Amino acid sequence: MSLIVLLSIITLCVIGVIAAVVLFYAAKKFKVYEDPRIDEVEALLPAANCGGCGFPGCRGFAEALVKADHISDMLCPVGGNETMKAIATVLGQDVKETVPMIAVVRCNGSTENRPKTSIFQGAKNCSIAHSLYIGETDCSYGCLGYGECVEACKFDAMYMDEKTGLPVIIEENCVACGACVKACPRSIIEMRKKGPKSRRIYVSCVSCDKGAIAKKACDVACIACGKCVKACPHDAITIENNLAYIDFNKCKLCRKCVDVCPTHAIVELNFPPKKITEDKETTSSIIENI
Amino acid sequence: MLKTFKVGGIHPPENKLSAGAVVETLPLPEMVIIPVSQHIGAPAQIMVQKGDAVKVGTIIAKQTGFVSANIHSSVSGIVQKIEETFDTSGYRRKAIVINVDGDQWEDSIDQTTTLKTDIELSTSEIIQRISELGIVGLGGATFPTHVKLSIPSGKTAEILIINAVECEPYLTADHRLMLESPDEIMVGTTILMNALGVKKAVIGIEKNKPDAIAKLTETAKKYQGISVVPLKVKYPQGAEKQLIKAIFDREIPSGKLPIEVGAVVQNVGTAFAVYEAIQKNKPLIERIVTVTGKSVSKPSNFKVRIGTPVQKLIDHIGGLPKDTAKVVNGGPMMGKALRDLNVPVTKGTSGILILNKKLASRKEYVNCIRCGRCVTVCPMGLEPFLLMTHGELQMWGDAEKNHVMDCIECGSCSFTCPAHRPLLDYIRHGKSNVGKIMRNRK
Repeated sequence: MSLIVLLSIITLCVIGVIAAVVLFYAAKKFKVYEDPRIDEVEALLPAANCGGCGFPGCRGFAEALVKADHISDMLCPVGGNETMKAIATVLGQDVKETVPMIAVVRCNGSTENRPKTSIFQGAKNCSIAHSLYIGETDCSYGCLGYGECVEACKFDAMYMDEKTGLPVIIEENCVACGACVKACPRSIIEMRKKGPKSRRIYVSCVSCDKGAIAKKACDVACIACGKCVKACPHDAITIENNLAYIDFNKCKLCRKCVDVCPTHAIVELNFPPKKITEDKETTSSIIENI
Repeated sequence: MLKTFKVGGIHPPENKLSAGAVVETLPLPEMVIIPVSQHIGAPAQIMVQKGDAVKVGTIIAKQTGFVSANIHSSVSGIVQKIEETFDTSGYRRKAIVINVDGDQWEDSIDQTTTLKTDIELSTSEIIQRISELGIVGLGGATFPTHVKLSIPSGKTAEILIINAVECEPYLTADHRLMLESPDEIMVGTTILMNALGVKKAVIGIEKNKPDAIAKLTETAKKYQGISVVPLKVKYPQGAEKQLIKAIFDREIPSGKLPIEVGAVVQNVGTAFAVYEAIQKNKPLIERIVTVTGKSVSKPSNFKVRIGTPVQKLIDHIGGLPKDTAKVVNGGPMMGKALRDLNVPVTKGTSGILILNKKLASRKEYVNCIRCGRCVTVCPMGLEPFLLMTHGELQMWGDAEKNHVMDCIECGSCSFTCPAHRPLLDYIRHGKSNVGKIMRNRK
C-alpha cells in the first residue's frame, strides 16, 4: 500500500521536473520581446478606448506611440496636453502644445425655426433617412434629428433635446474624440477650438443652398449675404458654396459678425450678456441647454 | 405546372386596376423639366444654353463615358433655364427646363405609325444607334441598353429574355403596351436578337395577363425564334436573376452579371423603344406611365413626354383624391414616395401610385419574434433578420460574409414581417456601407 503511494508521488515529481525543464526552454526559445515602455505609456492613457486618436483602443495607440519616430503629430484627444506631455517624458520626445477642442452642432433648425413638410416612417436612423431623401423638412443639409451622433458618443456628452429636435453637447463631458463627427451623415458636427472661458463663435448652419431657398426652408439659415465678411476685422470669415465659415484660428471673438447676421445664423456661446439686450431667442435657448 | 423561380417569393394583392384602360396620349404640358441624370451611370453633359430653340428629338445632353446615356428634348420650344431642381428624393439635381411652344419634330424622325419589319442595320450599327438615341432599360432600373448589348469578350449570349412579367402590383404600363403594340415588340425583339447574335428569344409573362399571353403567342408565330412562356404569378419574378432562373433554370453566381450564364434580359418596354429607335429613328422621348390607386376615380395609362411634371398627370385625372397620404413613383413594392409633385416623369417612371392614409402608413415596429418568415420569402436565399441586425450594430464585416451585396432590394422581407420591422431599410444601409468598404479595398 505504502509502495503505491510512494510510486505515485515519485511519478508525479518526475513529470513535474520534465515539464518544468520543457517550459523553461520553451519560454526562452519563444520569448517575445515587448517594449516595457508600451505598458508604461498605456498606463498613462485614459483607458477610454474611444478610438479618437485613430488607433484601435488605448493599447493600440500606446504601441504606435512607442514605435513612432516623432510623436508630435499624435494626440490623445481625451487626455489632451497633460497626458501627451507625460508620455513625451517617458519616451524622451517632444510634443506640440495643442489647444483643447470641442464638438459643435452646426444646425439650429429646431422645430420652430424649420417647419416639417413631410413625415418619415422608415427606420429612425440618420444614415438611412439621409440616403432615402432629404428629410422631413425642406433643408437637405440640416440635422435629421434621429440621434446617430448621440448613440456614437461614449462619454455621455450628448443628448437629443426633445423640444428642438436637435442634439445638444454637454461641455463638461465632451472630450473631442470625434466619434459624433464621423457618425453624422451630413457632416453637421465640427471640432472647433474650445476658446478662452469656453467662448466660441460659429456659423450654426451647413446649408449650401442659395439664400432664398435656404431661408424658405429654415428661418435661421445662412443666406450667404456677406455682411459678416465685411464686418469681420480679422479676415476670419469666408463664404464658399453659399455658406459662411469662421476660421477659429483667426477669430478674435469680437462678436461683430454676430450682431450683423440678419438670420441669427452666427451663434455666440458662453459670452456674458451685452449691455444693450437684443432679441436673441434662438441663441439663448442653446446657451441655456449647455 | 407553370414555370417560376424556386426560392422564396410572395404574392401581394395584384390590384391591377388600370389593366383595362387604353393608353391615352397626355396633352403637351406648358413646360418640361428634363434631368440630366435619368439613368444608372454618369450624368449626361448639357449641350444647350438658356434661350436655345430645340425641337422634339434634339439632343440636349450628351453621354459621358460608356455607362451613360444621351438625353433628347421631348418637346419643341425654348430652353428657359438650366438649374438644379428636386429629384424624387428631394435632393437637387441639374435639369434643363424647356418652355413648350408647338410640336415641331426633328426631320430625321419618322412619325408614321406603319409597321416596318425589315431590319437594314448591322449588329454594330444597331448598338451604335441605340446608344445615340439614349435608350435605357425601361423596367425601372434605367441601365443603358447599349451597355447590356455590348457583350464582353470571352462571353457569348445564348438566349434573350424579354421581361414582360410586370410583377409589381398596380402597374399595367407593360400590359397595355403588349396588347396595343404586339408587332412592334416582336420587331424590337428581333432587332435585339440580331444585336446579340442569338437565335432564341423568350418572352416571360405572368399568368394574370391571359389576354397579353394570347395576343403575343399569336403574334410570335409570324417571327422566327421568339416564343412566349406563361409564368406563375409571384413577386419578384421581374427581377433579372429570378426571371433567368424561372425561364432558363440557371443561377447567376454571386456578384456576377446575367451574361455569365449566357442570358441577356431586356424589358418589353425597352424592346418597343428599340423598335422605334431603329426603325423610326425616334429617341427615347416618351413612355407609358400608369396613374393608379384605390382612391383614384379612373385609373389610367398615359403616354407621357419625358420631363412632364407629375402634377400634370394628377391634374389630368382630376386632382389628388381628398384622403391622399402618399404619392409613389413606381409600384408599391419598389417605388419611392415623392416629396414634391413638381418632379418630372423620367425614363424610369413606370407608374404614379396614389395611396390613402390607411394604405400608406407604416406600423410601429416591435422586436423580432424569430418566426423566420423573411428567410422563407427572400428570393436570394438570404437571412434578412440577420442582415438587419448587422446593419443596426454596424457589423459590416459580418454583413459582407452573409452576402448582403446579393440583396436585390425587392422588399419581400419587409412586406411579410409580422413585427413590421424595417428590414430592407437596414439592409440597404448595410449594402451602401459594405459597398464603400469593398470599393476602398480595390
